[in-house]
Amino acid sequence: MSLLKPSPRLQKLIAASVSRTSRPNSTAASPPPPDGSLPSVATSAILRTKRETALRTPGIVWADEDASAPSRIIVGGRETRKMNTYQAIRDAMSIALAKDENAVIFGEDVAFGGVFRCTMGLAEEFGKERVFNTPLTEQGIAGFGIGLALMGHTAIAEIQFADYIFPAFDQIVNEAAKIRYRSGGTYNAGGLTIRTPTMSVGHGGLYHSQSPEGFFMGATGLKVVIPRSPIQAKGLLLSSIRDPNPVIFMEPKILYRSAVEQVPVDDYELPLGKAETLIPGSDLTLLTWGTPVYHCETALHLLDAPPPELESVVPKSLRGTKVELIDLRSILPWDVETVVESVNRTGRLVIVHEAGMTAGVGAEISAEIQKRCFLKLQAPVRRVTGWDLPVALQYEKFHIPDTIRVLDAIMETMSY
Amino acid sequence: MASLTRVNLRLSKRLPASLKTLSPVARNYTTSSGDSSTTLQNKPSDPSEPITLKLHEDSFKSYLCDVPSLEVQITKDELLQMYKQMQTMRRMEMAADALYKAKLIRGFCHLAIGQEAVSVGLEHGITKDDRVITAYRCHPFAVLRGGTIAGVIGELLGRQIGMSHGKGGSMHIFTPSFFGGNGIVGAQVPVGAGVSFAQKYKGEKNCTFAMYGDGASNQGQVFEAFNMAKLWNLPTVFVCENNKYGMGTSAARSSSNTEYFTRGDKIPGLQVNGMDIIATKRAVEFARNWTVNEEKGPLLLEFVTYRYGGHSMSDPGTTYRTREEVQRMRSTQDPIRGLQKYIEEWGVAGEQELKQLDKDAKAEVDKAVEEAKASPEPKIKDLWTDIYYKGTEPPRMRGREREEVHVY
Repeated sequence: MSLLKPSPRLQKLIAASVSRTSRPNSTAASPPPPDGSLPSVATSAILRTKRETALRTPGIVWADEDASAPSRIIVGGRETRKMNTYQAIRDAMSIALAKDENAVIFGEDVAFGGVFRCTMGLAEEFGKERVFNTPLTEQGIAGFGIGLALMGHTAIAEIQFADYIFPAFDQIVNEAAKIRYRSGGTYNAGGLTIRTPTMSVGHGGLYHSQSPEGFFMGATGLKVVIPRSPIQAKGLLLSSIRDPNPVIFMEPKILYRSAVEQVPVDDYELPLGKAETLIPGSDLTLLTWGTPVYHCETALHLLDAPPPELESVVPKSLRGTKVELIDLRSILPWDVETVVESVNRTGRLVIVHEAGMTAGVGAEISAEIQKRCFLKLQAPVRRVTGWDLPVALQYEKFHIPDTIRVLDAIMETMSY
Repeated sequence: MASLTRVNLRLSKRLPASLKTLSPVARNYTTSSGDSSTTLQNKPSDPSEPITLKLHEDSFKSYLCDVPSLEVQITKDELLQMYKQMQTMRRMEMAADALYKAKLIRGFCHLAIGQEAVSVGLEHGITKDDRVITAYRCHPFAVLRGGTIAGVIGELLGRQIGMSHGKGGSMHIFTPSFFGGNGIVGAQVPVGAGVSFAQKYKGEKNCTFAMYGDGASNQGQVFEAFNMAKLWNLPTVFVCENNKYGMGTSAARSSSNTEYFTRGDKIPGLQVNGMDIIATKRAVEFARNWTVNEEKGPLLLEFVTYRYGGHSMSDPGTTYRTREEVQRMRSTQDPIRGLQKYIEEWGVAGEQELKQLDKDAKAEVDKAVEEAKASPEPKIKDLWTDIYYKGTEPPRMRGREREEVHVY
C-alpha cells in the first residue's frame, strides 16, 4: 500500500491544489479556472484551432500529392473545418469508404452511429451492406474481420470499448498478428483496423475506463496507435486503415467531444511509428500519449507559473525548467529513436500513462531507455501511471495520473 | 497420455450408477463401407460414361433439411483418382510419422490417417475457387488445394521448400484457396465466416468450408460464427470432422449434444458417413449447391470419421480407447479399403491396376520426401521477414539472443 501513500511533497501539492475552486486536472470541456491561467483540453495550446497551423501539422502527407515528389506545402487552396475528435474520425472513415469500395465498417451498433457517434450517418451514406451492426460477439468480430482481410478487403472493425477487447484477444494476438509470418507471407490481415475507445472518462468505472494498450505491446505483427486530437485522429486513422499491417486504433474517449481543432477536409495521412515533439525542451523529457498529453501540458504551466496556493511547494529554482513534451502516438512499434535522442539531451525521463504501472507500456520504455541512455541519465526513469488496481468508479479521479502527480514527478526527477 | 487413463478410472469410480451406464455411451454411428451397402445401379459398357451408384440409406441424417439424393453418377476415372489420392495422402502421413520417429520432424504433428475420405471427398465436391479453412490435421487439404507433398513434408521438416518456408510447421500450411491449418482450434471458424462474407460481398459464386473437430465444436467462437453466418445468410459450410475424440476425451464426455449436425440452432445440418468417400463427395456437392446456387445461407455438415493414430505424435492413442476399437475401425470402416472393395466388386478396375496405383502413390511420396529432405533450412534473415509488410517494419527487431537485433 505504500504505493498509494503520497510523498510529503505530493501531499502538500494535493492539499494546495484542492483549495482551488476546481482541480486543475480536468480534461472535461469545462470552463477554465476563474483566473484563466491554466489550459484544459478546451483551451490547450497543443490543439491547432487555426486553419494556418492546422494545415502545417508536422508530418502531414496529402493523399492527392505524390509522396515521392519534392515536398511542397500547399496551404493556399486547402480548407479546414472545425471538428471534434469523433467528427474527425467519422470524416476519416467517410473518406476511406468513398475511396475504397472494398472497405466495410462493422461492430456493435455502428449502423446507428455508434455509442460515441463516430459512424453517424455512414450507413445512410454508404449503404447497410458496407456499414453494419454485428451481434455482441467481440471474438467473432475480430475473427470475421481477419477473414475479410485475408480476402484482400479493408475491414474496419469497432470494438465498442477497449475494455471489451479481451474476448477478442486470441484472434488479435494469435491470428491477426501472426498470420503473415506463419503462412510465410501467403496471407496477411493487413486490411484489418480495429478501432476502440480507450482510457478513462471520469466515471467509466471498471469496464469502461481501462487502457489495455500494453497487453498488445508484445504482439509483434500488430501496430497500436493512440491519437491525441482531431487532426491526429483523422490522419493517423487513415494511415492505419491503409497500412498493410493489422492496426489497433485506440481512441481516448474523453477527447471525442472535448478536443476540437480546425481539421483539414482533404484526405491526408500522418506517419505511424513516429512520436511527435509537442514542446521542445532541454532539461527533462516528458513522454505520454492520449488523454494525459493535456494533463502534462497543464503540469508544465503549473511548474512555470505556480498559482499562489502552489508557490510554496514549487521551488523557485525549477520554475524555468525546460521540459520537452513528446506524444508517443504509436505504442507498437514505438519511436525509440526520438525518445532516445531526447533523453540523451535532457538526461531525464518521465513517462505518463493511464494504464497500471506493472508491465505497462512505461515498463518496456524505461527498460530500453536505461539500457540505451544509461550514462546520460541523471535521474531514474520515472513512471506516473494509474495504480495497479481495477479502475473503481468513485476512485477514478484518484486513479488517473493527474496534473499534480505529473508535476510532482517532474520536480522529484529534476531535484534527484 | 498415461495420466488420462487414471483420470478416466477415477471419474468412473466417482460417477453415480445412473451416469455410469450413460458415460461410456459410444454413439452407434452408421457406416456403410464395411457392409458393401453402396450398390451399383447401372454400368454402361462405354468405360468413359459415368456409372450410377446408390448410396446406402444410412449415409445421411438430416436436421431441418432433406437428405441429398442417394443416387450418384461417377466416372471410372474419378473413382480411381479418389483411390489414388486417398492412398497418396495416407502415404504422406505415414512418411511424416516415420520422419517424426526418426527425429527429423520436431514439434507438433497431427496426422489424418483414417480420415482421408473427408479431405479427398471434399476436394471432389467443390471447385477450385471455393475456400477451405481448418485447424489441425491439415496436411491433405494443403496438398489437394494446390500445394505439394514436398511443400508439406518440407514445412514439417522446417525447410525452405516448405509451403510457409519452414516458419509455420504442421498446422500452418496455406495455399491461395486454403486458409490454413490453425493452432488455436475454433479460431478458424469465425475467420471462415469472414472469408465467406467477402465472397458474398464480391458476388462470387463460391462458398467457404470452415472445418473444425468435435473437440473444437465446444469453443464459444464457433457459435459466434454460426450466429453471424445465419444472420447474414453467408455462404459458409460449417464442417465438423467428428473423429470421436478431442485429444483424449471422447465426444460423449465433452459434448452435451454429440449430434454435431444439429448444433447450429436454426442452421440446417447433415450428418454424413465420413468413412465413405462417395457419401462425403455427395454431401459436399449438396452443401455447395445449398449455399452457392440456392443461396440458402449456411449449412452444417458433420462427417463421422475416425483417426487411427493418436491425437499427436506424443499420444499413442490407446489409453482412452481400446486397441480392439481401433482395429475394428481399421478392418471394417477403412475408407481406402472400402473404396477398393467397391471398385473391384463393380468391375471398375482390377487388383493389378489398384496395386499399380498404390505403387505410384508410394513412389510419389518417397520422391517428395527426398526432395524435402534435400532442401536447406530457412535462411537466418527470414527470421525477421513476414512480420510486417516489407518497408513498413519498425526500424529494428530483437533477435535470437539478447544483443542480436535485426535492422531493417
